[in-house]
Amino acid sequence: MLKKILFCLILLALAAPLARTADAQDATPVCVGAGCVHDDDVNRVAKKLFCPVCENVPLDVCPTQACIQWRATIREKLEAGWSEQQILDYFAQQYGERVLAQPSTRGINILVWVIPPVAVLGGAVAVWYFLRQMTRARPAPPGAPEGGPEPAEAGPSPAAADKYAAQLEQELERRR
Amino acid sequence: MAQTLSETQTASSTKMRLGQILVFALVLSLLALVAFQMRRNGPLAAGPVGAGEKAPDFSLTTFDGQPYKLSELRGKVVVVNFWASWCIPCEQEAPALENAWRHYKDKDVVFIGVDYVDTETEARAFMKRFDVTYPNGPDLGTAISQAYRIKGVPETYFVDKTGTLAFVKVGPFLDQSELMGVIEPLLNK
Repeated sequence: MLKKILFCLILLALAAPLARTADAQDATPVCVGAGCVHDDDVNRVAKKLFCPVCENVPLDVCPTQACIQWRATIREKLEAGWSEQQILDYFAQQYGERVLAQPSTRGINILVWVIPPVAVLGGAVAVWYFLRQMTRARPAPPGAPEGGPEPAEAGPSPAAADKYAAQLEQELERRR
Repeated sequence: MAQTLSETQTASSTKMRLGQILVFALVLSLLALVAFQMRRNGPLAAGPVGAGEKAPDFSLTTFDGQPYKLSELRGKVVVVNFWASWCIPCEQEAPALENAWRHYKDKDVVFIGVDYVDTETEARAFMKRFDVTYPNGPDLGTAISQAYRIKGVPETYFVDKTGTLAFVKVGPFLDQSELMGVIEPLLNK
């Protein structure tokens, strides 16, 4: 009996590596080498494209058949050794520039890149100018000499400050 | 002193007016640039292209490299079908289109398939599966579909012998007779 159990254990021990080999063969083959294209590589490019059929959904997460085909095309091109920019140019030429997540800097599209910073800068200048005008237009406080310092710089006169300080002292004394 | 203040105010006002003119000129030139670009790209009108309108001209090179230009097909009835391999209703109408084409190919009728937002591999596989023999080519840059302002696929446009759109079908044709019902009157006109 003991011999039989020992025999079974030896058999199991010998079969274990075989089972592991079978497991390894069932799993997705690990891609190695220069021409290897991973899903992450495909998605990196796909993220920069939008399919016109399903607008507002980036290609890397778009579930439609058209998008699946597009991702397959990206994989084919990557496997053929195309660069990311070459693939993006190919898609723009095939399906129009509207498929690009970032508009190109060619032609009228340059406005998309130029107008926002110019508008922000122009707005900032306008606000600065407006505030400057407002500050200048503020009337001088009563008692300030004509043509004296800028209103923003003009504080209460020492006499007025003394008067207020004395009043404050009186109020505090009364409360004690 | 009062005069100096008045002079300062006048200078400031002139500066402000100059700024306004500059901003106005900038906005105007931007609008002009956008309008020019839109006019160059195609018609400014919105909404679908309908029957009775002049069919927008287009050029298409088939998957086999054969060039076609709509304006060069005057005197013939032209059936322009927008489709894609990923479109299920396109599969439904593919046999009807092919049968109609085979029926009319020796008459003055031209069928042109415009493959919309598709990959060439899948498009060719689709054509092989449904034994499509009429001219088909990719809609490069989606220029043709934009000119016709299609809303989806399939869509079929029937151009009469004078180059005017006679009928527009949105959605798939159910059978060959439905197609023939549109083509026959145009052919006999």
